[in-house]
Amino acid sequence: MTHTVLVTGVARHIGARVASVLAADPEIDRVIGVDTVPPPSPAKHGGVPLGRTEFVRVDLRSPDIAEVIAAADIDTVVHVSLVSAPSRSAGSRARMKEHNVIGTMQLLAACQRSALVRRVVVRSTTAVYGSSPRDPAVFTEDAEPPEAPSHGYAKDATEVEGYVRGFARRRPDVTVSTLRFANFMGPGVDSPLTRYFAQPMVPTVLGFDPRLQFVHEDDGVEVLRRMALEDHPGTYNVAGDGVLLLSQCVRRAGLLTMPIPSPAFRMLGDLARGAGLVDFSPEQLRLMRFGRAVDTAALAAELGWRPKFTTAAAFDDFLRSRDLPNGLPAVVFDWASGALARR
Amino acid sequence: MANAQPAKVIPITSAREDRARNDDGVPDRLAEALAYLRRRITGEYDVDEFGYDPELTDKVLLELLRPLYRHWFRVETTGLEHVPADTGALVVANHSGTVPVDALMLQVALHDEAGRAVRLLGADLVYQLPFLSHLSRKTGHTLACREDADRLLRKGELVGVFPEGFKGVGKPFSERYKLQRFGRGGFVASAIRAGAPILPCAIVGAEEIYPKLGDVKVLARMLGLPYFPITPLFPWLGPLGLIPLPSKWIIGFGEPIRTDEYDPAEAEDPMVVLNLTDHVRETIQQQLTELRLRRGHAFPPLF
Repeated sequence: MTHTVLVTGVARHIGARVASVLAADPEIDRVIGVDTVPPPSPAKHGGVPLGRTEFVRVDLRSPDIAEVIAAADIDTVVHVSLVSAPSRSAGSRARMKEHNVIGTMQLLAACQRSALVRRVVVRSTTAVYGSSPRDPAVFTEDAEPPEAPSHGYAKDATEVEGYVRGFARRRPDVTVSTLRFANFMGPGVDSPLTRYFAQPMVPTVLGFDPRLQFVHEDDGVEVLRRMALEDHPGTYNVAGDGVLLLSQCVRRAGLLTMPIPSPAFRMLGDLARGAGLVDFSPEQLRLMRFGRAVDTAALAAELGWRPKFTTAAAFDDFLRSRDLPNGLPAVVFDWASGALARR
Repeated sequence: MANAQPAKVIPITSAREDRARNDDGVPDRLAEALAYLRRRITGEYDVDEFGYDPELTDKVLLELLRPLYRHWFRVETTGLEHVPADTGALVVANHSGTVPVDALMLQVALHDEAGRAVRLLGADLVYQLPFLSHLSRKTGHTLACREDADRLLRKGELVGVFPEGFKGVGKPFSERYKLQRFGRGGFVASAIRAGAPILPCAIVGAEEIYPKLGDVKVLARMLGLPYFPITPLFPWLGPLGLIPLPSKWIIGFGEPIRTDEYDPAEAEDPMVVLNLTDHVRETIQQQLTELRLRRGHAFPPLF
């Protein structure tokens, strides 16, 4: 049977990589990539080559997306376009919310009208579980978060998931997969968290050492590819095996930390956000205190596959690609142990 | 990298070597310490999904507690043969002492004498507080909730609970060794779901470390604490009043109570759960009475 796949969010890294890997698959006839802005060109801005992906510039918030779906006889929709933080390119928080929530509503409305769409894959995030001191240590997909996220990206994702559930109820003939990704990590990822680790000195919350979990971009793209090609209905957590403590991350990166008591941390976060230095949202501040880990057994069982990168390996790969100053303390210790062994 | 010469140098059994230092013991330990520091500083160590850091726990945190365990409280253990070597079980213990030092001593006892890392289930207050929250996770403990208890037992871990909670640890000295209400029996339901045995544990000695004579409720409310204790030494002696009295301790493990004869679905039957909870409570109360008789005075060298 013929496959025509629509990928949203191709101007951003993960979306572009998904479109590129699907375009390289001979089983797929056409790949249509949409986004509000044109993707960066591979030559000039280091964008990902999209292969034979046909790019259509559509504002997801407008009903134009329905025309694209109808005109191209789309049968599979991979909705990757979820903006995680307000920025210069994505605009303010209000625009980000519109993009995430209204964009998804428009897309799902178009899918519901289409008689051809058979499969919808939606990118979500483990941020929907929130982050609180009353959380279980490890979230499974059916967990009820003790404190549901009340704003920002996490709230957008929660609302998006709500609309996706509604769509799945109204169109039981369509296979709907929702993927809750942990924080993406890897050479090409540009997120608030990767920017956080790119600072020479990182602020941490005094007296807290959260557990973090990462998914390597290669694994994330592979999961999205499998979901786009095969029927795997349901909601799945996607994360590398294991966890890293924030303290381990900064030590691996060889960074200096600046522990700040939590009330001051919140204030500084607001100030920095206001000044446009870093875009640390309140949920990310909560993550920096209480951390979060998810269970990925359901995905492993469904796909018969495990991520190639553990959380630690994903982070190390990110560090290698950024060439972060690592290893000075290690060299000192190796020298000392060597000296000791030579005695 | 210039100074870091490869270690492939022919080992020189040099004259510099101090033979008096019993057979390389000191350099070996130094090399070990260096390797340890290197791992810590470069972050090349593992923690499990709950945040448990076995190396830090053993080498640093328990090391700080061991003098207290051995020389201050002179902890004695009985019934260690009942602790399973490598399978899941739920240790249920009495809680006392105003400050939960008993949890720490139980951890040292199980770690050093039974070779098991106990994974205690703590109150959510612990996870809101700075320092305490991450120290608690790093030493292997987690929040007392159904998900975590089930997950740990399924993984075959030794899980520990103090079902009395704050009611036990903060009870007045006059109530010593009287078990308080055992929560709502959630721990029993978890054990039944996992088919894991319940290991009743009695801790004698912790009641006397900070005899709680009074409680300043106003201060407790102001500080967000469950109670603000008055003991014979605290707050009169200031920080000195924080030194626990050197009572003699015994930690006893009783015969395991099997739960694998129940159907896991019976975890939803309140009658089964409450009856088993009562049974566990009575067993521990009996153990406490026996061990207390066996110990005699709380402060043996003094009386």
